[in-house]
Amino acid sequence: MNGLQDFWVYLASTPLLGLSLTLLAYIAAYQFFVWRHYAPWANPLMWATALVVGVLLISQTDYRTYFEGAQFIHFLLGPSVVAMALLLWTYWPRIRRQAVPLLIASLAGGAAAVFSAVALAWMLGIPREVILSLIPKSVTTPVAMGIGIKIGAEPSLVAAFVVITGVTGAMIYRWVFALGRIRSNVAKGYALGTASHGIGTAAALQFNSTAGTYAALAMVLQSVLAALLIPLLFHLFI
Amino acid sequence: MNSMMPLKGFTVLLLFQAAGELLARIAYLPFPGPVLGMLLLAPCLVSRAIREPVEACANFLLSHLSLLFIPVSVGLMTQLTLLRAHGIQLVLVLIISCAVGLLVTGWLLSWLLPADGEAQEPTVKSSEEKSKAAKQESAS
Repeated sequence: MNGLQDFWVYLASTPLLGLSLTLLAYIAAYQFFVWRHYAPWANPLMWATALVVGVLLISQTDYRTYFEGAQFIHFLLGPSVVAMALLLWTYWPRIRRQAVPLLIASLAGGAAAVFSAVALAWMLGIPREVILSLIPKSVTTPVAMGIGIKIGAEPSLVAAFVVITGVTGAMIYRWVFALGRIRSNVAKGYALGTASHGIGTAAALQFNSTAGTYAALAMVLQSVLAALLIPLLFHLFI
Repeated sequence: MNSMMPLKGFTVLLLFQAAGELLARIAYLPFPGPVLGMLLLAPCLVSRAIREPVEACANFLLSHLSLLFIPVSVGLMTQLTLLRAHGIQLVLVLIISCAVGLLVTGWLLSWLLPADGEAQEPTVKSSEEKSKAAKQESAS
């Protein structure tokens, strides 16, 4: 028993623990996702996260220890976003023709997500500082944090809401699109990128490459528009 | 394919990310370095010397993008008490507003770009498309 514990302490002190735990959880969750025929409730990100959190809680490992290893995977997000340039480049002639409709959809979709969240939270009597942290929730994390600071939101809450919004979008999109009779991959992808930033884009890339491209584009446009408009509108009206 | 290709591609991606970070710092832009790096790289892909290595690497990175979000998503465990304090109402707000965002964007685009079919052949196949193609092959 002691030997095992020593081994665990050794593992936890190297990046091996966080790295292999993340990969194992993802591979298992992805197999499950394939086995369930890509059902939205079997979303690999959600189940892999649940698995990792479960293991960390049972083994009483804190998040910081885990992140020591997992940061190597986390770091790859940067180059992956840069790699989305390839999607933009491939679809550029088509995107340029559709610039105006896409811009309108970004503005309206982003505004709809923000206003419905704020209005609903206000009706439910959620405190003001929490409502402020809801505003940048549809934007990719680093941009959302920047916006949050400008409007006086709580940074840790902002980050949590961004992640939850992303995972929510990845889990509910199929039902929402079926309910709304949204069939084109362009509309599906663009909606996912607008409402659920990078995590929505990851989900879109998993079901169709056209959807993935439009999701990546929507994510970028949403973060640019939000970074410019939210602080401006906020200081004008509140 | 040249075995150096994915490695070169990864190097290109890192260099453009660094260029993006640098640009954000110098010009005080409120955007993350990787997003600027993407915008800088897109026009440079006209050059085959840059595009081919990037293609070799991008497929690998983008087909399992969800994996890369796990560390951040696990970080929610540090916010559990905060989230619990505001309870189920907050979850409700997040789910409903996300659905509203998806619907409004989806409807608007279906209406504004009605004839948008799947005319263009995709270059990056998603895992689901691949598995569908494999199924069709095995069925025929």
